[in-house]
Amino acid sequence: MKIAGQPVPHESAHGHATGEALYTDDLAGRFPRLLHAWPVLAPHAHALVTALDAAPALAEPGVAATLTAADVPGEADSGANRHDEPLFPSEVMYHRQPVAWVLGETLEAAQRGAARVSVEWQPLPAVLTIADAIAAGSFHAGPLHLRRGDAAAAMKASPHRLQGELAIGGQEHFYLETQCAIAWLDESGGVVIESSTQHPSETQEVVGRVLGLPRHQVTVECLRMGGAFGGKEVQANPWAAIAALGAWKTRRPVRVRLPRALDMALTGKRHPFLARFEAGFDGEGRLQGAAIALYSDGGWSLDLSEPVMWRAMFHADNAYFLPAVEVAGTVCRTHKTSQTAFRGFGGPQGMLVIEEILDRVARTLSLAPELVRERNFYREGQTTHYGQPVKDAARIATIWRRLQASSGFRERRQEIARFNAAHPHCKRGIAITPVKFGISFTATFFNQAGALVLIYRDGSVQVNHGGTEMGQGLATKVRQIAAESLGLPLQALRMMPARTDKVPNTSATAASASTDLNGAAVADACRQLRARLAPIAGAMLGCPPEAVRFAGGEAFSEGDLVQRVPFAQVVEAAYRQRVALFAQGYYRTPGIHFDQKTGRGEPFHYFAYGAAVAEVEVDGFTGGHRVLRVDILHDVGESLSPLIDRGQVEGGFIQGLGWLTVEELLWDAEGRVATNSASTYKLPAWSELPEVFEVAFLEQAAEPGVICGSKAVGEPPLMLAIAAREAIREAIAAFGVGGVVALDSPATPERIFWAVERGARRAGFRRGRGAGGGSGPRVTLAEVNGLACERFVGSLGGVFEQSPWVAERAWWRRPFGDVDALHAAMRFQVAAATRAEQLALLRAHPDLGARAAMSATSAGEQAGAGLDRLTPDEFARLQRLNARYREKFTFPFILAVKGSTKHDILVALERRLENGVEEEFQEALLQVYRIARFRLEESVT
Amino acid sequence: MALDPHPDTFSVEFLLNGRATCAENLPPHTTLLDFLRSRGLTGAKEGCAEGECGACTVVMVKDRRAGTAYVPVNSCLLFLPMAAGQEIYTVEALAGNGSLSEVQQAMVDYGGSQCGYCTPGFVMSLFAEQHRPGREGPCDPHSMAGNLCRCTGYRPIRDAARELGPAPEGAFRARLANPAPRLVPVSCPGFSRPGTLAECLALMAGHPEARLIAGGTDLVVEANLRQRRFPYLIGVEALEELRVFRASAEGIEIGAGLSFAEIDERWRAMAAAPPVPRAWDDWVPLFASPLIRNRATLGGNLATASPIGDGAPLLLALDARVRIAGPRGERMTPLDSFFLDYRRTALEPGELLVSILLPAPLPAAARFYKAAKRRMDDISTVAACFAIDLDDGGRVLRARLALGGVARVPLRAVEAEEAILGRRWNQDAVRRARDVLARTLHPIGDHRGSAAYRLALAGSLLEKFWWEQQEELAA
Ligand SMILES: Cc1cc2nc3c(=O)[nH]c(=O)nc-3n(C[C@H](O)[C@H](O)[C@H](O)COP(=O)(O)OP(=O)(O)OC[C@H]3O[C@@H](n4cnc5c(N)ncnc54)[C@H](O)[C@@H]3O)c2cc1C
Ligand code: FES
Ligand code: FES
Repeated sequence: MKIAGQPVPHESAHGHATGEALYTDDLAGRFPRLLHAWPVLAPHAHALVTALDAAPALAEPGVAATLTAADVPGEADSGANRHDEPLFPSEVMYHRQPVAWVLGETLEAAQRGAARVSVEWQPLPAVLTIADAIAAGSFHAGPLHLRRGDAAAAMKASPHRLQGELAIGGQEHFYLETQCAIAWLDESGGVVIESSTQHPSETQEVVGRVLGLPRHQVTVECLRMGGAFGGKEVQANPWAAIAALGAWKTRRPVRVRLPRALDMALTGKRHPFLARFEAGFDGEGRLQGAAIALYSDGGWSLDLSEPVMWRAMFHADNAYFLPAVEVAGTVCRTHKTSQTAFRGFGGPQGMLVIEEILDRVARTLSLAPELVRERNFYREGQTTHYGQPVKDAARIATIWRRLQASSGFRERRQEIARFNAAHPHCKRGIAITPVKFGISFTATFFNQAGALVLIYRDGSVQVNHGGTEMGQGLATKVRQIAAESLGLPLQALRMMPARTDKVPNTSATAASASTDLNGAAVADACRQLRARLAPIAGAMLGCPPEAVRFAGGEAFSEGDLVQRVPFAQVVEAAYRQRVALFAQGYYRTPGIHFDQKTGRGEPFHYFAYGAAVAEVEVDGFTGGHRVLRVDILHDVGESLSPLIDRGQVEGGFIQGLGWLTVEELLWDAEGRVATNSASTYKLPAWSELPEVFEVAFLEQAAEPGVICGSKAVGEPPLMLAIAAREAIREAIAAFGVGGVVALDSPATPERIFWAVERGARRAGFRRGRGAGGGSGPRVTLAEVNGLACERFVGSLGGVFEQSPWVAERAWWRRPFGDVDALHAAMRFQVAAATRAEQLALLRAHPDLGARAAMSATSAGEQAGAGLDRLTPDEFARLQRLNARYREKFTFPFILAVKGSTKHDILVALERRLENGVEEEFQEALLQVYRIARFRLEESVT
Repeated sequence: MALDPHPDTFSVEFLLNGRATCAENLPPHTTLLDFLRSRGLTGAKEGCAEGECGACTVVMVKDRRAGTAYVPVNSCLLFLPMAAGQEIYTVEALAGNGSLSEVQQAMVDYGGSQCGYCTPGFVMSLFAEQHRPGREGPCDPHSMAGNLCRCTGYRPIRDAARELGPAPEGAFRARLANPAPRLVPVSCPGFSRPGTLAECLALMAGHPEARLIAGGTDLVVEANLRQRRFPYLIGVEALEELRVFRASAEGIEIGAGLSFAEIDERWRAMAAAPPVPRAWDDWVPLFASPLIRNRATLGGNLATASPIGDGAPLLLALDARVRIAGPRGERMTPLDSFFLDYRRTALEPGELLVSILLPAPLPAAARFYKAAKRRMDDISTVAACFAIDLDDGGRVLRARLALGGVARVPLRAVEAEEAILGRRWNQDAVRRARDVLARTLHPIGDHRGSAAYRLALAGSLLEKFWWEQQEELAA
């Protein structure tokens, strides 16, 4: 009877269903005299704390203590790598950053106390978007590079080329259990923390650092987590540190729990990305060369942004061979939450970009996207752009073929075409996309794990290892592995919560590799124990140790069906013969390495493969969509626990679907998370569950060299959801007449609506609205603030050249305190706009010197700069430079010329020609902002 | 977890998992969820504290048309005094002597839990569904549409539900043979639940600082998320006057204190009532979730006067009038003059909504539409209800174009209505109306959608309405 490979329910399923399974905050009632912590929050995205007086809080009834920098015995910083996250900052770096904490007998008392802490602020300018960060040169890291061949030359030699941009939204983890920690002092001067953390050892390290304690004084336990998804890999640390500091100061147990709104405001998310790309390809859609520049919004501190960017860059190939490619990655520093690990860890963003490119290639050539994808697949023997052989590359095409057949892809495509022909306002789309995902931590030293297995004299067993349980089924799988190895029924093994005093120096439970690592470590320990028990059982059974088998809770000699000894008796005999009944296990992943400097190596132990087919329906009236059917074929190796694996595939897909469709993460112009609650940030709910949802595993796929031949399954399925996004795009295309379908991510109803509108109903009723400009009648700020939207657009629609949408979108921020605020609001709308909209805005500007095409306002500004008084030489030079500029950047040269001479203009033109494409794009936007500023000053008094 | 002690003596009694339970010395804004957890009943979890996630689901025993029922509700949205006299069960009550209930076993067997944090909530919703009086066949997975799961993607939970048949014999089924406890009046510091309308009006007169509370699905969210504190709350749950559902030649009268689930059930069950209009069928599943519909009332929805509330567009298109009671007696007001400004209504101090009247005949062809980021259980970006009656010649006899999310108040687009009156109801008329809408509406932009999108939707939804009519005529 095999236990590994059986579809057993989750190890804690019984406790989940009865409510008996405990999470950190469920323990709160067990601590008499527990104190509750509440933070004092910054009202600015960026500001200096010029004065802080916590004392008034103490006057509030029920307040026990306050926590400020002065209370920290060690180093007041929770930053994982760079020590760049002060717990009590003197300069706040994101909106609502805690600057002090109040401890109360009740939560309400702490909240009342926090409201009484007096803080003085000196607000500073904030960088809030990737575009702003690029313009300001505000970066945490990069550019990092991965290269193969000469991408520029390859593109130049290609018969077809394209270039474009894609903005990719972030994602809130929305683990159902928010961040929580409870700390107290143990009996011997140490501190113990119950923490909802994916990385107890790092939580221990940070607490030790803050309290100035060696790590043996700090014990961290994680019972289980109510979801984590990467959001508790490093971001559980500050809350644990505050709880520990509070306990240290007050000698009482302290609880820190972030309610949902605080959790969403304070913790990092999946990184928003901006991608700029260029590609060269042949007439059949085969990529010849590509250049991809990735920018991530890292937020205020470094966190894990650098490895996240690396993984994005590693996955910019997805399943495709890129003969010549240049991938660059830059982590932007903004005044926002510090973005962090999230299932896929950058991989999803990288993969989305190459899928975007291939779809554009297909639509440019009017080829079926699935055909273009298939033509670019890796073949056996090829290597990735960082030099790793693509092991089992043929699986990509195998999965592709089998899934197309099992999902009836071709026939359904035809059915859909018939449906679409009959429905002018409702279109369906179908798409298939592949996944290739590398398994291992890309920082090689993390790929190790330890275990401690304890057998008691009655034959019952405790299993300890370094991994934490967050719902992914690690405990279930490891229990199966141990049960299989020791030949015991599952109930004989108790899975212990992760504790730093059982297994030290553990890695985060992350990178999908926890079963591979911890399972192998536990198997190592079990192997040793079996080896020690076999001679004893052999003596009892009268057979050589090699012939002893353990199964079903008994020992027996191979081939002997009659004589059996219960496991407990073997154990008792071993005890009496003074044989150690516990063992430590250890595992490190063999053969992986990567050199960041050269961008070469084999960072992954293996790749997990899969593909998905999705069919959607889009309502052209609203932009709403529905996922009708999903078919998945995924490679989990030899499934170790099929119920768990299927759960990971389905759950991962739906979470990816959320990221790409309903989940829209927005920040407002002040840097606040605008979607900071369950009512404004929408997770996939029942309505997102496809009516038909077929999941199958690739058969005969055992992975040699991995525990039980299984493959990691936590992250890869998330990216299967890209099929749904591509199906939406296919449906949008069906409204139009062909060509590229620009669609930023997530594909919200509004984005889909406008994409449909652009494609099919270009002559919508919005045309011809408010193109007026700064030369119109002047209005006062009070008047502006009182205008209805249409009138507002009427009078300010021309402030941004031929782009009334800027005014339209800024209108709702009224009232504006001054022209600055008005300008900032409009500028924010441009910065928040899609790349395509920004480009259109730049292109709406008149060409320098070609007055014919100018709007009245621009004509006025250029006449004053003396451009009409050029000498013939100057004229020729201007024309030459201007032409080169247009060719290089594809938009007209824009300079806020007020107060500049023709000489200034020529110099500026020459200098800016040296800029990189992205750099100049941002420069041009800055000029546009400046022009808008002049115009506002002229129009508004 | 310790809760704030309240200076005034305050005690609330109710039946919790079959035992009389008394909660004392707590502030009246303590939620049932916090109370349960402070008593060690930690099966119910807090995932959001605003009725969105369902992790806090418990069931209350209530009388329903089809019989006594377990009604699942969000325990995070009940102030403790609202629980007074109720009979409540939590997940801890379900498993008996170590053996799981059928619902729990199905969740285990199908892999319905991963992290398990949401599971008790799903179990309670599904438990209520399995025991729903009059239910036949497998359980309806949509009964759990108010429960969010971040891990599973719902498929295993759907399959678990479809596997469950009739409620098993046992104490829980036997309990439903008897009626639910009657709601008795309650009075404690900071909270009263009067038993009659007259008492309620008197209390309101004596407590100008008081706020009414019905289902609490708006008010408790304000307390939980925005730390609003209400010095005095008057619960309307026990007022029979607000729980009428009457059909007459004049039309239908719907009590302001009925929950949406109750209205739906009564309407469908009442043979004498005019048939349920299409728009109501459209509306119900789009309004929040089953958990919220078990508590939320029409009175609360209209009195909140949210510009993106869904009740107003529906009722405006049906020409609703509201019955208002106050210190000077009763009065009737047409709904289209009820909303004065952003979250301001025609209710005077001391007044409350008693009922809503829908005059007969109800427009047969009315339809309700809701555009939101998520298809179900989301707040509207734009909501619209259109009712158009044609004469024999196919010309517009009466038009009601009601919209939410396009202005500071829900409104009827009267100018657009006028623009099509007497015209043939064709694409041309749609275009005319769209043009007028584009000129006269002034929506705002926010995180739910830009102003331009909202404006476009208003016209686009009207076009959708027209198209769907044509498709139906053709079919
Ligand atoms: C998760 C969730 C989802 C939601 N989804 C939607 C949705 O899809 N669409 C939508 O429109 N709304 C939605 N809402 C809002 C809310 O549910 C509705 O507005 C509901 O109808 C309010 O009714 P209630 O009885 O719960 O009101 P309460 O919260 O009890 O009261 C609301 C207000 O009305 C007043 N009031 C209550 N009864 C009366 C009365 N008889 N006379 C005068 N004043 C009274 C109260 O004083 C209070 O000011 C949602 C809320 C939540 C929590
Ligand atoms: S806690 Fe989320 S609904 Fe109650
Ligand atoms: S199992 Fe984790 S939220 Fe449902």
